[in-house]
Amino acid sequence: MSNQNYYIPHGTYWPIIGSIGISTMFVGFANLIHDVSWGAPVMGLGLTILVFMLFGWLGTVVNESISGIYNKQVDRTFRWGMSWFIFSEVMFFAAFFGALFYARILSVPWLDGAGNNMFTPELWEGFKATWPLVNTPGAIGQSGTAFSTGFELVNPWGLPAINTALLLSSGVTITYAHHALRKDHRNALIAWMIATIVLGVLFLGFQITEYGHAYHEGLKLTSGIYGSTFYLLTGFHGFHVTVGAIMLTVILYRIQKGHFNSENHFAFEGVAWYWHFVDVVWLGLFVFVYWL
Amino acid sequence: MSTISAVAAHDDHHGPEKGLLRWVKTTNHKDIGTLYLWFAFSMLLLGGAFAMGIRAELLHPGLQLMEPQFFNQLTTMHGLIMVFGAIMPAFVGLANWLIPMMIGAPDMALPRLNNWSFWILPFAGAILLSTFFMEGGAPAFGWTFYAPLSTSFAPDSTDFFIFAIHLLGFSSIMGAINIIATVLNMRAPEMRLMDMPLFVWTWLVTAFLLIGAMPVLAGAVTMMLTDRNFGTAFFDATGGGDPVLFQHIFWFFGHPEVYIMILPAFGVISHILPTFARKPLFGYSSMVYATASIAFLSYIVWAHHMFLTGMPVAAELYFMYATMLIAVPTGVKVFNWVATIWKGSMTFETPMLWALSFVMLFTIGGFSGLMLGIVPADIQYHDTYFVVAHFHYVLVTGALWGIIAAVFYWLPKWTGRMYNETLGKVHFWWAVISVNVVFFPQHFLGLAGMPRRIPDYSLQFADFNYISSIGAFAFGLSFVLFTYIVVDCIRNGKPADSRPWYSAKGLEWTLSSPAPYHSFNTPPSRADILAESQHS
Ligand code: HEM
Ligand SMILES: [Cu+2]
Repeated sequence: MSNQNYYIPHGTYWPIIGSIGISTMFVGFANLIHDVSWGAPVMGLGLTILVFMLFGWLGTVVNESISGIYNKQVDRTFRWGMSWFIFSEVMFFAAFFGALFYARILSVPWLDGAGNNMFTPELWEGFKATWPLVNTPGAIGQSGTAFSTGFELVNPWGLPAINTALLLSSGVTITYAHHALRKDHRNALIAWMIATIVLGVLFLGFQITEYGHAYHEGLKLTSGIYGSTFYLLTGFHGFHVTVGAIMLTVILYRIQKGHFNSENHFAFEGVAWYWHFVDVVWLGLFVFVYWL
Repeated sequence: MSTISAVAAHDDHHGPEKGLLRWVKTTNHKDIGTLYLWFAFSMLLLGGAFAMGIRAELLHPGLQLMEPQFFNQLTTMHGLIMVFGAIMPAFVGLANWLIPMMIGAPDMALPRLNNWSFWILPFAGAILLSTFFMEGGAPAFGWTFYAPLSTSFAPDSTDFFIFAIHLLGFSSIMGAINIIATVLNMRAPEMRLMDMPLFVWTWLVTAFLLIGAMPVLAGAVTMMLTDRNFGTAFFDATGGGDPVLFQHIFWFFGHPEVYIMILPAFGVISHILPTFARKPLFGYSSMVYATASIAFLSYIVWAHHMFLTGMPVAAELYFMYATMLIAVPTGVKVFNWVATIWKGSMTFETPMLWALSFVMLFTIGGFSGLMLGIVPADIQYHDTYFVVAHFHYVLVTGALWGIIAAVFYWLPKWTGRMYNETLGKVHFWWAVISVNVVFFPQHFLGLAGMPRRIPDYSLQFADFNYISSIGAFAFGLSFVLFTYIVVDCIRNGKPADSRPWYSAKGLEWTLSSPAPYHSFNTPPSRADILAESQHS
């Protein structure tokens, strides 16, 4: 009996298709930023291959899952895998938060002569360290800097606060959805899932509106270190919310198809974990990028 | 449930598929391990060829063969190819081959993902190497790609390099997730954590290092990408950023990375020494704890690479003492290895020779590391050939030595055949003598002040450079013999027993040689596990 406890899949073409897709995408992107005319179409092609692969591969996994050939061991493997994947994402964001703290606490004050940097004010005459750094060192007293200067601050208690409320409530609604799933309350489950997705999409909509405002008030990617950290942190976060919302939609579709029951619903939980992770990252953003 | 038994039975009867496509679609841990190992070996030869170019240029003072710009491209690509193309994939290959066998599992936990982890590598490697043929040449800023050399002053090909790093990192993270899931979840139910062989332990810890460090590297190259192309100011002081920030992020990845490359080698050595000393490993549990503490400490010492960047004094002191602290668990390991062979009935088959020389030569590298960790001393040593000597002792006679030792030790299990012992010994002595001729004189060069990464040098450095280059050519040539030995073993070797080393312990030796396609279909019993454990 025991030799039937393991599940080992057959050979597969999906990974090699994924490799071709992702490399094509990157080669296209690299050419696109160097203004090569075929860059954009090649990048699009790569992305298409990648998406095709994701649907194919995950589709295979879904089919295997609903045909019941996965056992508890496979379920645990998926859980370990998803948790550590999310941890790797945490570390990716940590790099950008690290850059933010380094700039705020160290490099910007140093440019103003703090610490043992008594000579730097000679280099950047008239530069005053502030955070958010509205006027970049290069923009003062020097000509020809690449960085624009001067912008209006985003008020944290406007859209960002609303967005915080939206994302936090979506964390609550998805938890209700999970409870409903565990009790086999299908209608409640679907309602809570739709609520979660709507909250996520609203968040994204407000975020885009807010980008528009910020950009209009002069805060650009090229506004120096504040603009850099602001847009990369919020941008990667927004990207993750988008991916999360797409995954939630797929899960909703699978719920409607009846793929899950109160016992077996790892895919749901994995996506829920991911959603909570996106939530926590936003809290960090709200506190350290918008508020303090 | 019937499908599973059908799948398992099917594979058991037929083994691997026929034809070349087998290698593209395989989900088998042994096939994927083999792919990793051959890929790593070809990258080792390529990176080695670059090193030959470097040493040929440095044979004599003055510019001999190439433009300085091309020299810099060679040093950069040599470092990148060796780290990301040779050492890391080779250890993942070993993990693939060995971990399922060592923990009594049939395969890795995520076989399809395993295939993808490998099949990203050739693509990433191709993108990286293609930069040689682009306008402006390949990246020339060193494997550490410091800003602003890599941002304001780098060729266009740098963006391709960035994406290659993204791909390599992606592959490593997926590989690490797979190894964690395998060790924690596919282990024979009767095997407790503290029964696991040390190679499994060291790889488990390495996998955590990978998951913590590789995403940070991805962050660093992403900031480079936006600084280069989209006008961000992360590493540019005119915008309020700081080029030194790049170094912090890079080394937050970089120092764990060097332990990623050495911990699995520690594991390998902890298997080989007991076998040929015919004694149990000394201090199994202290080995486990030492591995874990090295991993933890490796996250909090990164700025010892940056003592000369003008950090605040408090930071210099902190990073100096934290660095010294790593020597403690490392010392525990060396002590345990020596205690393992102490009064053992040693024989000196090829794997043992590699393992013993690992202990000695890695320790030399550890000592030079300690010297570099002393702030006032490092002001003298930094960016000289002393650093080059240090990291080649820990990486070549450390990491690479561990890999070669592992190849000789487990080759009979992989191929079912024995290699030629005489040739193995000849190759070992050839390599171990020549490698010291290459790298030992570099200590003296560095102490005398010869800077690294410069194609020319002043006359007083001529003799030692000449010696080093001659040693390098001899060392490079030794890999021709190595290739021959391995191919000869696969083709003509005498059949090997399931336990070719008389007193070797470990579940892998309970399987036939060559090992069956799916390692363990039935998990081994508690008694088997204890009989094969490394406990004393
Ligand atoms: C006893 C433990 C060790 C200590 C105290 C140590 C210390 C150091 C220090 C202080 C430096 C910076 C030198 C400088 O640039 O001025 C350095 C460089 C380096 N170390 Fe170690 N090290 C140790 C072990 C290792 C190990 C085990 C590895 C790899 C397997 C390693 C790989 C490297 C590399 C690659 C560099 C050079 C990086 C570069 O600038 O290109 N070290 N080490
Ligand atoms: Cu280090």
